[in-house]
Amino acid sequence: MEKELWKGNEAIAEAAIRAGCDCFFGYPITPQSEVPEYMSAHLPKAGGVFVQAESEVAAINMVYGAAGAGMRAMTSSSSPGISLKQEGISYMAGAELPCVIVNCMRGGPGLGTIQPGQGDYYQATRGGGNGDYRTVVLSPSNVQEAVDFVQEAFDIADQYRNPVMVVMDGLIGQMMEPIEWRPVPKRDLPPKDWATTGRKERDHNNIINSLYMDPDECDRHNEHLREKYDLMAKNELRYEEIQCDDAEVVITAYGTPARIALTAIETLRAEGLKVGLFRPITLWPFPEEALRTLSKSDHVKAFLDVEMSSCGQMIDDVRLSVEGRKPIHYLGHAGGVMPTVEEMVDAAKAALKEGK
Amino acid sequence: MTAQTLFSHRVSIITGHYGTGKTELSVNLALALAAEGKRVMLADLDIVNPYFRSRERRPQLEAAGIQVISSSQACSDADVPALPAELLAILENRDIRGILDIGGDPVGARVLARFQPKIVQEDYQLIFVLNANRPEVREAEHAIAYLRSIEAVTGLTCSGIVNNTHLCGETTPAEIRKGAALAEAVSRQTGIPILCHTAEVRFADAVSDLREPVFPITINMKKPWER
Repeated sequence: MEKELWKGNEAIAEAAIRAGCDCFFGYPITPQSEVPEYMSAHLPKAGGVFVQAESEVAAINMVYGAAGAGMRAMTSSSSPGISLKQEGISYMAGAELPCVIVNCMRGGPGLGTIQPGQGDYYQATRGGGNGDYRTVVLSPSNVQEAVDFVQEAFDIADQYRNPVMVVMDGLIGQMMEPIEWRPVPKRDLPPKDWATTGRKERDHNNIINSLYMDPDECDRHNEHLREKYDLMAKNELRYEEIQCDDAEVVITAYGTPARIALTAIETLRAEGLKVGLFRPITLWPFPEEALRTLSKSDHVKAFLDVEMSSCGQMIDDVRLSVEGRKPIHYLGHAGGVMPTVEEMVDAAKAALKEGK
Repeated sequence: MTAQTLFSHRVSIITGHYGTGKTELSVNLALALAAEGKRVMLADLDIVNPYFRSRERRPQLEAAGIQVISSSQACSDADVPALPAELLAILENRDIRGILDIGGDPVGARVLARFQPKIVQEDYQLIFVLNANRPEVREAEHAIAYLRSIEAVTGLTCSGIVNNTHLCGETTPAEIRKGAALAEAVSRQTGIPILCHTAEVRFADAVSDLREPVFPITINMKKPWER
């Protein structure tokens, strides 16, 4: 298929429309405003509904309502706006409602900066809302993946009746890249016989709710959710290993830093230095087993975690996987500054030196 | 052919749909004019996009003697749609060659409206940049609709088309030719001449047979992993 040039955010919106998104509820915030902008112009033409809500809180609760009525619903925002949506995400996880949430991350904390960031890893993978819940978190590292993942996200959400997040740094939303509209895997999905679409011939009322007055009932509900999360963790895991077969230093990175790492690895390999990339594609579930196996390889001397975060957040999951077998170095910038190829090359060299 | 003959008016106003490559063209044009000994001022009037703006190339441009004006001098990352007072210098100082890099779409072009009375008194050219790989402007009919709405919003008349068709790192001469066909269709239907086709220096020879001149460019607006 012929390639087209798309801006990340516009492509994400178009991908959602192609995936059968019925309703989009959003609120503008840089650097994701092109998503609602594109949706406002194109979703109604495709027979869907676009609403610019009065706030992010309102938008996520509109998603709750639409999803409860069996619609394919979506919202998008950027970091501070995603913070506002956390209560709604927790409620949707509790009420078992499918939806797609895109976070086009900027630097934080607070209002931070409009430039790209990755400081929302904890929020996305640990749950920024209350209670025991999980969401599948897909993290594209280019516009093509963003387009593919957004389309798949609707199916994943419907399969598990659970919110799915697509989390990317602002650069992926803002940049132009050639993409193709290739077919994405479609799933056999269960009927939405739980949706509140009117009782009609049914012998019972469908109720969408996350409140359980009886603690034993709430305990059973949580147990049911846990079994579902175990299934998601087993079935939805994605990661990529590049040139790890002989690597002495393995860079762990996702999103744009993973992309920068590829150029750094090319430079290092040209100098004869064995460096590879381990890229989690799902941030939850995290590819713990694969990274654990890699850390047991004799040729791996050290890991270098690179994030657009000052302290590092994903590094916690890297540590839990590596379990102290090998040293883990860190390179990070926050506040909208991206790590450079040169910094990665230097950090990998330092890790290599220390690892020997 | 020199840049000053291809872009022969004192003030070049670069407009078009998002992602057509307006900023890359603006930066290349500024550098080419400066290399030809012209005094150049480049105004980054992109109030639409928060990333990939010509002001990010300020050190490189200033090293070439080009004065860069942007909406937020103190903070290049602020998303405040404020216009710089220095913009008037481009319109009032007739000794300089001015380039106005405008944000995408009629929305981005609206910034020009308030300067319209001044602009029309100057030797200006409103340039419409085309990229046949952008889905919303790849049909001549849609591209012309964009062009007309930019004219309507700005109160200025477009008098030149630049074919800047590319696919980022995946550009080929065939892509440039595809864009040439689109530019020709737009030109035929509107009567607006094609000023030139842009081509990375490495492709300039491969497309030198196109009817209109080729403006060779180098890629300045690189992504962080690009060398």
